[in-house]
Amino acid sequence: MLLIPCPWCGPREEAEFHYGGQAHVAYPDDPSALSDEEWARYLFFRDNPKGRFAERWSHSAGCRRWFNAVRDTATNEIHAVYRVGEARPVTS
Amino acid sequence: MSPRTPGADLPEHPDRLWSAAEPKSSYDVVIVGGGGHGLATAYYLAKNHGITNVAVLERGWLAGGNMARNTTIIRSNYLWDESAGIYEHALKLWEGLEEELDYPLLFSQRGVLNLAHSLQDVRDSVRRVHANNLNGVDAEWLDPEQVKQVCPIVNISPDVRYPVLGATFQPRAGIAKHDHVAWGLARAAAALGVEFIEHCEVTGLQVRDGRVTGVETTRGTIAAGRVALCAAGHTSVVAATAGIDLPIQSHPLQALVSELLEPVHPTVVMSNAVHVYVSQAHKGELVMGAGIDAANSYRQRGAFHIIERQMAAALELFPVFARAHVLRTWGGVVDVSPDASPIVGLTPVENLYLNCGWGTGGFKATPGVGWCFAHTVANDEPHPLNAPFSLDRFTTGALVDEHGAAAVAH
Ligand SMILES: Cc1cc2nc3c(=O)[nH]c(=O)nc-3n(C[C@H](O)[C@H](O)[C@H](O)COP(=O)(O)OP(=O)(O)OC[C@H]3O[C@@H](n4cnc5c(N)ncnc54)[C@H](O)[C@@H]3O)c2cc1C
Ligand SMILES: [Zn+2]
Repeated sequence: MLLIPCPWCGPREEAEFHYGGQAHVAYPDDPSALSDEEWARYLFFRDNPKGRFAERWSHSAGCRRWFNAVRDTATNEIHAVYRVGEARPVTS
Repeated sequence: MSPRTPGADLPEHPDRLWSAAEPKSSYDVVIVGGGGHGLATAYYLAKNHGITNVAVLERGWLAGGNMARNTTIIRSNYLWDESAGIYEHALKLWEGLEEELDYPLLFSQRGVLNLAHSLQDVRDSVRRVHANNLNGVDAEWLDPEQVKQVCPIVNISPDVRYPVLGATFQPRAGIAKHDHVAWGLARAAAALGVEFIEHCEVTGLQVRDGRVTGVETTRGTIAAGRVALCAAGHTSVVAATAGIDLPIQSHPLQALVSELLEPVHPTVVMSNAVHVYVSQAHKGELVMGAGIDAANSYRQRGAFHIIERQMAAALELFPVFARAHVLRTWGGVVDVSPDASPIVGLTPVENLYLNCGWGTGGFKATPGVGWCFAHTVANDEPHPLNAPFSLDRFTTGALVDEHGAAAVAH
């Protein structure tokens, strides 16, 4: 089980959190202007790196706030957590 | 019941069934990944298409990935025509595979029950039974008493959190011994000339003028006429080296076994709603699987709270398990697609072929996908049974949405 440092509450067990997948995927400005390929990419394609991954979590059984984390999917180590709206921190 | 030594009726552990090869400088076909799908593809390439200058490259040891870690449930009772096509083709091949490979696979058609716990479950299940019957897939709807007749240890009392309101039953479904399946396929493919190269990780695909020409590996560069990806949980990583993005996500999936017990569980029971599925292995362990861990990961281990939830569900369904002990738990890395259906076919790169996205349920497909994928590679054209599972369905919208539809897990 992961120990996830909520930016508001501090480290808590993974069981308190809900996963939100890749971070920084913006809803398209003008969806109806997209081609089928562009819409498919927005809807179905997410990065799946073996390594550092910026992702969303919600502290659903705690403060109920969403935040972002940079976690290494090869080791599960969490390198940074940051608030929604902030840029992805450089983690080397 | 007469006392028996658990495992006494199992075949002896086999001697070496294939010889590990040194990589040659070039092959007609290189298969990336020596799990069940890679082995089956190699076997049918040689057997059905006469293509024998084939190497299977495996980063670890043969069939040490998900092939060694799955709970071996085999069934074909999926909802949609496309799924029924490929999974039923696989099930028919399973029915003749021991004889064909001349190897004991312990394929046991003990049936599978997919439990329904809510009115919506019941409606979906009955609908699926009808769809299965129309597709020539054996399926029946059982009420709770009939469920109890098939599997006496299931708790059908109405006063539990998720009461059993009935189940679909596929009598021809069952389990097989995964290691034996791998060994049987490897032995047969080796006899036809296929080479297996273990501890050989593909680190890059070589592409020239839009066409794949070979692979870079930890044991040197190997030229290839065609390259077939069977890398399961790692497909995104390998495909990315040829500039191909895929709509899949890699997740840990866990399972566990109990200590060895006398036979108590005659069939396979799956419950999507409470996320557990159980059978009893030939040796006597109760084999139970969980759902995936939510977060992406390439670590072959999952979180404990997933196991805890799964055991709670199992105990409610099977109170008799309360006194069994967990012997071990483990995890694999599975590649999950957006519509819970696989992606099998051509890629934007010429002579590079894709087989991935089987997620939590690709073991049952092993011979079927091997058959169809070998056809795809040999003819540079999908087999009719895997044509619907193309990568471009995510653009055209022609999804094969088995999420929820088909009691989809495993
Ligand atoms: C716990 C668990 C339970 C499951 N239960 C069931 C079930 O009951 N029924 C069912 O139908 N399915 C089940 N599955 C799913 C099933 O195991 C998979 O869908 C199936 O095994 C995938 O095909 P494969 O056998 O070829 O995969 P794998 O055995 O994973 O083969 C892929 C191989 O590729 C190798 N590889 C990866 N990257 C590279 C590289 N770069 N170079 C060289 N080699 C590479 C890996 O080491 C691996 O050996 C389960 C899976 C898990 C983890
Ligand atoms: Zn919090």
